[in-house]
Amino acid sequence: MSIKIRYFASLKDYIGRSEDEISYENVLTVTEVWQQATQNKVKPQNTLVSVNMDYVSWDDLVNDRDEVAFFPPVTGG
Amino acid sequence: MPVIIKNTPFQPYQALQHYEETALGQNNAVGASNIFIGTMRDFNEGDQVKVMTLEHYPGMTEKQLEKIIAEAHQQWNLIDSLIIHRVGDIFPNEPIVLVAIWSSHRGDAFDACRFIMENLKSKAPFWKKERLINEQERWVLTNTNGYLNT
Repeated sequence: MSIKIRYFASLKDYIGRSEDEISYENVLTVTEVWQQATQNKVKPQNTLVSVNMDYVSWDDLVNDRDEVAFFPPVTGG
Repeated sequence: MPVIIKNTPFQPYQALQHYEETALGQNNAVGASNIFIGTMRDFNEGDQVKVMTLEHYPGMTEKQLEKIIAEAHQQWNLIDSLIIHRVGDIFPNEPIVLVAIWSSHRGDAFDACRFIMENLKSKAPFWKKERLINEQERWVLTNTNGYLNT
């Protein structure tokens, strides 16, 4: 099973890339997806996360083929 | 209730006139229209800003804005609404965002417009990067809560 991961704005700069794809066997939480994709990089404070373009919490589970995105607080408007 | 993301400059008053003449049409129930326009200013945090680049998350941006609009239409008695938001390079004095509300009564129009704007500021996945006049670049770290500003 695989998960697509996207990074935006300052978090993309911090990670050094805009996308990742990880394969896994057991069901992962959002926190575990972060740990695997970033090789346990320290998570900047206030990092937000979405799954399939909806906000979720860090304990939520991720399913096969979900798109997970990590990004800093939003600053539009 | 359209949500429009534009990567080129737009003229909010022309966009409004066009929308009223086409999609909204002549609606005799409209008794109140409320419009918010956000434009780029040339200063932030005490520095002169030359240009700003707005990044977004295509797909999620529209999804979140449509959710916010749907909530507003549930909470207030609205006839129609329109959001236009810029992405890409934006220069001082250029419009960034337009939120327009049409309703029968002013209370609904005022309150829904404010609700949409404040929720857009905290939930729609846009990010601003500023380039200062000394060419230094920096991400804007956070939006302030509009209800707490003095």
